[in-house]
Amino acid sequence: MFINQFLIFAAVLFCIGVYGVLTRKNGVLVLMSIELILNAVNINLVAFGALHQHVAGQVFALFVIAVAAAEVGVGLAIVLLIYRNRRSINVAEANLLKG
Amino acid sequence: MIEFVRPHIDWHAFAPELIVLFWGALVTIVDLVFLERARRIMGPLTGIGFLLAMIPVLTLWDQADDLPRVLFDGAYVVDNYALLLKGLFLISGYVIVLLSSNYMAEGDYYDSEFYQLIGASILGMLVMTSARDLISIFIALELLSIPAYLMAAWRKRDLKSNEAGLKYMLMGVFASGILLYGMSLLYGAAADTRLSEIGAALADGESTPLVTLGVLFTIIGFAFKVSAVPFHTWAPDTYEGAPTPLTAFLAVASKTAGFVALLNVVLFAFGDQSDLVEPFMWILAAATMTVGNLVALRQTNIVRMLAYSGIGQAGYMLAPLAVYGNRPAQAQQAVVIYLLIYAAMNLGAFAVVIIAARKTRSGEIESFGGMLRYAPGITLAMTIFLFSLSGVPPMGGFWAKFWVFKVLTDGWELWGTLLALVVAVNSVVAAFYYLNVAKQMWFLPTRDGDESPLVIPPALVAAVAITVAVTLITGVTGLVPDWADFPALAAAP
Repeated sequence: MFINQFLIFAAVLFCIGVYGVLTRKNGVLVLMSIELILNAVNINLVAFGALHQHVAGQVFALFVIAVAAAEVGVGLAIVLLIYRNRRSINVAEANLLKG
Repeated sequence: MIEFVRPHIDWHAFAPELIVLFWGALVTIVDLVFLERARRIMGPLTGIGFLLAMIPVLTLWDQADDLPRVLFDGAYVVDNYALLLKGLFLISGYVIVLLSSNYMAEGDYYDSEFYQLIGASILGMLVMTSARDLISIFIALELLSIPAYLMAAWRKRDLKSNEAGLKYMLMGVFASGILLYGMSLLYGAAADTRLSEIGAALADGESTPLVTLGVLFTIIGFAFKVSAVPFHTWAPDTYEGAPTPLTAFLAVASKTAGFVALLNVVLFAFGDQSDLVEPFMWILAAATMTVGNLVALRQTNIVRMLAYSGIGQAGYMLAPLAVYGNRPAQAQQAVVIYLLIYAAMNLGAFAVVIIAARKTRSGEIESFGGMLRYAPGITLAMTIFLFSLSGVPPMGGFWAKFWVFKVLTDGWELWGTLLALVVAVNSVVAAFYYLNVAKQMWFLPTRDGDESPLVIPPALVAAVAITVAVTLITGVTGLVPDWADFPALAAAP
């Protein structure tokens, strides 16, 4: 079983996700980058589950998928709220609070 | 074909969570059936639910000989550590409902849903105290966080509240992504999700890159939740923009839950990785308390000041984890004592901020001027909270710091003693800004000259009374260490 290729793929996906979260200004794209991070996690979990012949990894991945759906649901609701009030989903413009 | 065997479930040990769950469902149904007519009773109804859930906590505490009670193959453990924290979360939940009732009703927000979400979040915290498995820790963390994202953006038309919700949600979701990546690596290293099994797999103390990354990412994920520097940037903005009762909830209950998760993972899974975790915690603790206290010095808004002071306090709470390797039981005890006392004094301070804002409609520290003239009782209560937060002897906060010092200086090892020095210097710095608020209240004139006595709603009086009582009783009697004696960990190798 070649575990490395899955781990490297997941690590690359994770790095792309982190880069996206840190550089993207569009709220929806930030959420999509977070989805990439969570998918990297799922690949890791399933690959390790297959390596160890252990079912908990796949169960964990199912939980992550379900919770990610809830997180994105709430996240999009908040982004929509921002859009309604200021006609923009640029997260860099949300700078009323500072200090 | 594997035969399905129904696992044995200890319903009594699981009762507090079940009561909060079913009571939450009941509150939702009452809301759906009676709509507007039920609005006025929603707050009290939710509060009663939290108090009902205290009953099984107390009966379990009473049967101390049966503890710890282990459920689901060791994934869920009810011991006196978990019970003490369950009690803390339920009482904090009750106090936060008391704080919310007038704020929500007078601000014309959606209040029924707000209480249901508080219930969901408290349920997540109750699960967190007993979770000894990566999956249940993750589920508990999300169950307590997701409702909080919504509640932070609760004032729909207010741009500041929107922004508070957005920042909290993005940082929170990003942090849970990092946490999950760390957890997936830990699962890969240990081939099990239970903390005890992970602890056994990492017991040789050997640090492969896989383990090192897993441990650090997991801790960083929780560091966001407890707003440790440099992962604290969301906290002051979210605290200022969110509705004030929710700020109290985030600063106390949510932060405590983050610490509980951190304690569970560090003590039960990373027990033999102290060579890796301790230096990281040392830096995190020292940076958190120093940055928090220094930035708090120049704040003019009371909520932002309390936010940065909360960051500083989180640094004190992280400090025992920098020396947990040789004495895990004492470190655990010190953190739990701090969490209990911090909850009481900080909730109390936020209660006073909410009361003062009813008159002054302002969050500036200067608006506290002359409070002695129109609300002497509240002034006295706030003085008690401020003295306690800065750690002056007869108050609870003194004992909280005392136990942190005791565990840090035990044996006078170099790094522990150095960190104790950092804590001492920070406590002196912190006293400046806490006592500045007290000075405003006692010695300066009111800003608008209106000195007619302030009428305070009974719910807020009750909240202040509960928190003052806990702060004073823990301070005068020094009682908490007797409860926070956790034999389970002390017995473990």
